[in-house]
Amino acid sequence: MTHSGNFQLHSRAMNKNLTYLLCFLLCACDVWNNPYPAQDSGKSILYTAFTERPKHLDPAQAYSENEYEFISNIYAPPLQYHYLKRPYQLVEQAAASMPSVTYLDEHHHVLSATATKIAYSVYEIHIKPGMRYQPHPAFARDVNGLPLYLHLTTSDLRDIHAPGDFLHTGTRVVTALDYVNQIKRLADPRLHLPIYGVMSEYIVGLKDYAGTLQQVLKKHPDEYLDLNRYPLLGVELINDTTYRITLQGKYPQFAYWLAMPFFAPMPEEALRFYAQPGMQARNLTLDWWPVGSGPFYLSENDPNTRMVLSRNPNFNSEYYPSEGSNSDKQAGLLADAGHSLPLIDQVVFTLEKETIPYWNKFLQGYYDASGISSDSFDQAVQVNVGGETRVSDEMKQQGITLSTSVATSTMYTGFNWLDPVVGGSSLRATKLRQAIAIAVDYEEFVSIFANGRGIAAQSPIPPGIFGHHEGSAGINPIVYDWIDGQRTRKSLAQAKRLIAEAGYPDGVDVKTHQPLVINLDTTATGVGNKSRLDWMRKQFDKINIQLVVRSTDYNRFQDKIRRGDTQMFYYGWNADYPDPENFLFLLHSAQAKVAHGGENAANYSNPEYDQLFEKMKNMENSPERQIIIDRMVEILHYDSPWLWGYHPKNYVLQHNWLHNVQPNVMASNKLKYWRVDASLRDSLRLDWNHPVFWPLWIGGVALVLVFAGLRRALKRREDMK
Amino acid sequence: MIAYLIRRILYAIPILIGVNLLTFALFFVVNTPDDMARMQLGIKRVTPEAIEHWKEQHGYNKPLLVNRGVKGIGKITDTIFWQKSASMFVLDFGFSDDGRSISREIYTRMGPSMAIALPTFIIGLLCYVSFALLMTLFRATALDIAGVSLCVVLMSISGLFYIIGGQFLISKLWHWVPISGYGEGAFKFIVLPVVIGVVSGIGSSSRWYRSIFLEEIGKDYVRTARAKGLSELRVLFTHVLKNASIPILTGVVVVIPLLFMGSLLTESFFGIPGLGNYTIDAINAQDFSIVRAMVFLGSLLYIAGLILTDISYTVVDPRVRLT
Repeated sequence: MTHSGNFQLHSRAMNKNLTYLLCFLLCACDVWNNPYPAQDSGKSILYTAFTERPKHLDPAQAYSENEYEFISNIYAPPLQYHYLKRPYQLVEQAAASMPSVTYLDEHHHVLSATATKIAYSVYEIHIKPGMRYQPHPAFARDVNGLPLYLHLTTSDLRDIHAPGDFLHTGTRVVTALDYVNQIKRLADPRLHLPIYGVMSEYIVGLKDYAGTLQQVLKKHPDEYLDLNRYPLLGVELINDTTYRITLQGKYPQFAYWLAMPFFAPMPEEALRFYAQPGMQARNLTLDWWPVGSGPFYLSENDPNTRMVLSRNPNFNSEYYPSEGSNSDKQAGLLADAGHSLPLIDQVVFTLEKETIPYWNKFLQGYYDASGISSDSFDQAVQVNVGGETRVSDEMKQQGITLSTSVATSTMYTGFNWLDPVVGGSSLRATKLRQAIAIAVDYEEFVSIFANGRGIAAQSPIPPGIFGHHEGSAGINPIVYDWIDGQRTRKSLAQAKRLIAEAGYPDGVDVKTHQPLVINLDTTATGVGNKSRLDWMRKQFDKINIQLVVRSTDYNRFQDKIRRGDTQMFYYGWNADYPDPENFLFLLHSAQAKVAHGGENAANYSNPEYDQLFEKMKNMENSPERQIIIDRMVEILHYDSPWLWGYHPKNYVLQHNWLHNVQPNVMASNKLKYWRVDASLRDSLRLDWNHPVFWPLWIGGVALVLVFAGLRRALKRREDMK
Repeated sequence: MIAYLIRRILYAIPILIGVNLLTFALFFVVNTPDDMARMQLGIKRVTPEAIEHWKEQHGYNKPLLVNRGVKGIGKITDTIFWQKSASMFVLDFGFSDDGRSISREIYTRMGPSMAIALPTFIIGLLCYVSFALLMTLFRATALDIAGVSLCVVLMSISGLFYIIGGQFLISKLWHWVPISGYGEGAFKFIVLPVVIGVVSGIGSSSRWYRSIFLEEIGKDYVRTARAKGLSELRVLFTHVLKNASIPILTGVVVVIPLLFMGSLLTESFFGIPGLGNYTIDAINAQDFSIVRAMVFLGSLLYIAGLILTDISYTVVDPRVRLT
């Protein structure tokens, strides 16, 4: 090769290197504000945020929404809610078919579902064969088939901070025994078990089982608690894929509980693995590192920054649903029908405590979906004269779409039934409550303080739940009239008439000649809540009642509610399952907060209502059940133990690269259905996030000028000296 | 000096006990063990039995300070205060009320806190001292007046405004760095909090340092230095700065150990998983185990800072002796 040839080669190589360098610099300069590693671009990853770190990830202990956001995607209980069908419908998840239910009398003779003296209900559940757990060191075995990590010492764990730090992992097939194991855990006295109270009333022998475990733990406090050694009367293992649960009486709502992680499988290997000494000191617990058989597993758990769910490589038991409504089809929600789930490889949850960074990152394309805070509402959403909401033009230009759904929640203001002024079933108190119900305009409240994101409630039962009526049949006749096909709030004159009939004409007590003063207890404090509380005062002013707002901290508020030391209070309820029983029990006297420590914070009591509730609670949805519910709601309307408040609406914005997002307020395991177009996301992120250079140049020039000026001034000063 | 240090360390013990007692009293005036249990267990379907069980599990079923139900030393040791406080003196912080190791959390969160606090501290100190020296150099001129006015303006603005304004301008409008977060490639995440931390401190710190330098510049040795024909820059940077070290060190060295503790506001807004964030979360969650551990650690570090300050005096001024 000639010298010039060598030079040309060198020159070409240099050019090539320079080109690479230039490309690298250009790429590096393209986006500076990407909070994610550059190597993650193009991958099928969903980016979302969480605002509060979960307290529990153990399926026996977790109960709140922010905990379910994670564990519902990790664990696979027998049932789940159909992703698309409305009203909400239970379908199989880990179960091979829907559980068969056999009703028995007290002598264990089979009865029909309509029989009146049902003593036991037996749920037989067949699980899908061949489901496998996520890879986990608890399942790792040596060449002899013995567990690799079951006799660890504290020193073995020196460099271990997460299950991923172990060299080997393993898996195994999910068996019915694992489901039985988890039900037994619901009585483990060492755990905080939110549903133990409810389940011990139904699952035969659960209460005694808790007692047995308590005794065992007292005798052998340091030993591993082997649940297999202690049988639970109401739970029976039939074979590797079948088990039975026996309940006291009839409890059709039990099927809904089977869709919650409380009833997910729990492998004994995981319990033994985490029970080893030194594990808890390293945060290696089941409450921190779940072991599931669902579509994802927790691959990174740093709740101070981010938590990552990764695709469970052993999950192959589910497919995208192929049934949905015509509107689902038109919206493209059936495009992935029949595809193996999950449709994404990873979900990155980043902790975002503040709404401003969360919102701005969404607009920059770094989150795929977002809720809307009140601060951003006007920027995100437009409401037309017909009350129809749509995304703003700015959002539309970015390809952002909006989906809304009414939450299965209710936000209400309760009257304390034990209070001598506003409580009780006397005609005086009833008329007083009815008058207040007319005066407090919840439509206005929703419009002002919730940006229209809610609907004024007519009863405790939200839309979409059996028992709820739309239109004229659904209105609260104490507060509204149906005029020209519209719900119209009764006039203030009627409220004032009721107040006068209650013995408070113009808001003055006819007996004492003192103005009527009512106290509202709330945890709302500070400037942010002042306008809401002022609004509430104004509502009472309309009927000449003085409202005194007693703002207090959370602890004192809960204490007052427990002791019944309130007149009125703000409260709310988020449904466990989509059944009217889960709302109407909030007013059942057996649930009274003061007497029984239950969920009836208003301490409402009405014998007829209680009787109807007992009759209705275990019925299947049917016209007969509807009639009973209608009567119960009628009683509630008349008694008005709550201002029915409103049912919040969820607004979710999503970018156009995110597909298959269908609001489903009951299901928490939705992530497996979502699909991301990562290449579209990458290109749009590039478009939206080019760094702006001119401030850098201006800043640089300004800095040079300042230094030059200072130098000159200093020189002049020295010269003068 | 050794005797002095031992004495100071022994003094620290009653101080730490006092701080612990005060934290304990303040916490339990506001929260009862029942409140703490409810906060941990949530409000849905929580039975009185579950609350009792939680208290028993976490050792909150004992009397607060004195157990009259037992005899002897048990009156003191079988109480919440003793059980929760004694182990801290051997730096065993135990577990948080939700069952996580506090020492491990402190260990993992110390890094992010330091990643923000240390550069903010060093760059800030350099900037503030330089700016103050500059104002001193041009004292009683239009530049000085402009500098002081700027300081007054900067110190009048709320810290929150710097954070939100900085996020809006630098991250949202100019797309230079991520708006919040922490993770791989930590540099891009810490630039903005550090810049904001430095800028928000310019006003008050520079004015303070300026007043120290102005006091020094009127002294005889400065006049002598000028008479020797030294340039004003040399006078300031060589003589004034050195002699102003004692008051500067008094304020500066004491905060060095506290840098571990992080910043409550900055960490919260920028999503930095540091110790400041940890403390705020614990207060909100009524987690006494974390709160007392963090207050104890803060006190310990503060005492260490004071001792370090004393030692630093002997380094910068040979006339100072610790006896």
